[in-house]
Amino acid sequence: MSSENVELTAAGAASGNIAGAPRFVETLADRVFRQTTFAIAVLTVGLTVYLVYTIGHAAMPALETYKFRFLTGTTWDANRNEFGVLPAIVGTLYSSILGLIGGTLFGLAIAVFLSEHFLSAGLESVIGALGLEGRRFWAALPDGIENVLRTTIELLAAIPSVVYGLWGIFVVIPWVRPPADWLHNHLGWIPFFGTALSGPGLLPAAIVLAIMVLPTISAIARDALIAVPPKIREAAFGLGATRWEAILAVFIPTAATGIFGAIILGFGRALGETMALAMLAGNANVLSWSLFSPANTLAALLANHFPEAGTAEVGALMYAALVLLAITLIVNIIGTVILQRAGAQLKGLR
Amino acid sequence: MRAKTIEHWRWPLGLMALSLVAMGFLGYQVGDAASATTLQGSGATFPAPLYQRWFAEYNKLHPDVEINYQPIGSGAGIKQFQQQLVDFGASDAAMTDEQMAAVKQGVVLIPMTAGGIVLSYNLPDLTAPLRLSREAYVNIFLGKITNWNDTAITRTNPGAKLPDEKITVVTRSDGSGTTFVFTSHLSAVSDAWKNGPGHGTSVNFPVGVAGKGNPGVTALVKQTPGAIGYVEYGYAKQTGMPMAVLENKAGKFVSATPATEKNALASVTLPANLRGWVTDPSGDDSYPIVTYTWMLFYRKYADPKVAQTLKAVVEYGLDQGQSFASDLGYIPLPESVIRKDKEALAQIS
Repeated sequence: MSSENVELTAAGAASGNIAGAPRFVETLADRVFRQTTFAIAVLTVGLTVYLVYTIGHAAMPALETYKFRFLTGTTWDANRNEFGVLPAIVGTLYSSILGLIGGTLFGLAIAVFLSEHFLSAGLESVIGALGLEGRRFWAALPDGIENVLRTTIELLAAIPSVVYGLWGIFVVIPWVRPPADWLHNHLGWIPFFGTALSGPGLLPAAIVLAIMVLPTISAIARDALIAVPPKIREAAFGLGATRWEAILAVFIPTAATGIFGAIILGFGRALGETMALAMLAGNANVLSWSLFSPANTLAALLANHFPEAGTAEVGALMYAALVLLAITLIVNIIGTVILQRAGAQLKGLR
Repeated sequence: MRAKTIEHWRWPLGLMALSLVAMGFLGYQVGDAASATTLQGSGATFPAPLYQRWFAEYNKLHPDVEINYQPIGSGAGIKQFQQQLVDFGASDAAMTDEQMAAVKQGVVLIPMTAGGIVLSYNLPDLTAPLRLSREAYVNIFLGKITNWNDTAITRTNPGAKLPDEKITVVTRSDGSGTTFVFTSHLSAVSDAWKNGPGHGTSVNFPVGVAGKGNPGVTALVKQTPGAIGYVEYGYAKQTGMPMAVLENKAGKFVSATPATEKNALASVTLPANLRGWVTDPSGDDSYPIVTYTWMLFYRKYADPKVAQTLKAVVEYGLDQGQSFASDLGYIPLPESVIRKDKEALAQIS
């Protein structure tokens, strides 16, 4: 049967006819469907361009007035029309990087744990020892538990930002206060512990941020680790590598580009995070190395000041939005490019 | 087979027809309801609980009048009012002459209720309310007093157990009428404040951390030992926050109660346009930080029915509505102000 025939049969079967060319209505429906999807896709891209254009347009007056000084200024004073976002830029990057370090550490550990099937392997040996591997329920149990674990971690991504913020205020801050006070009192000469924790600050914000980026990192890193070709796995073990050696020296380096892409995408998410940070970072325009110092982020600045802003301040906020957009865009482009290259690299190995 | 396909479609088609009929029916209903009056307002968050209560109660008495009030902030409220997006606005900072000039039909400002702003703190060892002199609270917010055992604080609190603890100042991160009123008071009291941070809906506070809205400030104060922050009296009362006793212009220490706040309002006579701030009230028993809050109306409405309904609602708020004020932590308006409000109301048509 030629391929043309197969297509005809498929189309015919759908309309209830075995043979016959597609009817006019069918070809028309097909064309309309294709063009609708195309139009919607173009519209989405157009929307992005339009969004950037409107923000850029609204930011123009502020861009002309404040120019580069906007990026290096340290005060935000609507009363005196003095606007500077350096503390917010630094706070955004600092809190995101801190959150990312935590998120990567735990996310990668989870990814290795799940992709190497540590849990199910352990459970299987227990079940085997008990002689239960023949029963259907027990045989399916290890994979089931692993799935539940994976889904639970991915569920973290579904928790609303405000809930994270509230949880941060009522749980994380009281929890980090005693160790933070101790560190400040005993190791205060280290710049990272230079100020006392007054409640909200970089550290609680970073901890919550780490939890928020964790699902992104663990899911993508796990996919990257699973995609490590079986040939490479077998080769590593064949050369006599222990499990740890294989994981640390072979699997993770092979999946490194994918994992790095995961981290960059997590970074993108951390940069844009608004509500939780507005609640936890302290919203103070402070430039400090200290982990316990209050800070501000671009997204929080926007969320806090927009509703009551006057004309001049709106312009400045649009400029700040443009800065945030640029940072996020750059980070996301880097992440996507790295992920694509990771995919291309592995193609030759399969 | 073709027949079967049609068979498949019979149900969905029937359902569609049914829903069309239903939609037509609903459309008729909606069209009917439109003969009732729906009014839109937006603005200050501070009086929102009281306004929403009024509108709900008014709707019970007059089911044909429905009023939506969106508490989006004074600044945003003024903006929507200027853009003719709403039937009325509301603002804690009234409107500036410049802002009023931008409204071509003219503006009528009517003070609808009033409230106080309190300093709430987190000092669990304190048994009696904290007493703060003007010097003390201005300098705390200026960042000049940084520890609770500073003599400026201990002097006015003899016998109180004030800890050797850093003061964490908590301010509002978002622009707000509350900040406007609080900083206006600080500017009136202290030249250092006036020439430093100044007053406005959001100012560049020299110290501290900031939370979003009254709930944000309250949460931070409650969670941070040694914190002090400013919140609206009604909010502090409802959430059971401790409130500092403040020194007033006459040098007396006064706690925030509906009575002391009403004294403060009575100490100031409102000008003809009803736009007046009580930045530093005189009188021995006046609580120092209070404010009126305004509703913003157009002088001329295109639809006379809208104007009539609004006037009726405002009348209701000024008469029966004032009785809800104390319960919700607001200050009932003095008689003289209600009289002036009603005169101003006559200008709306």
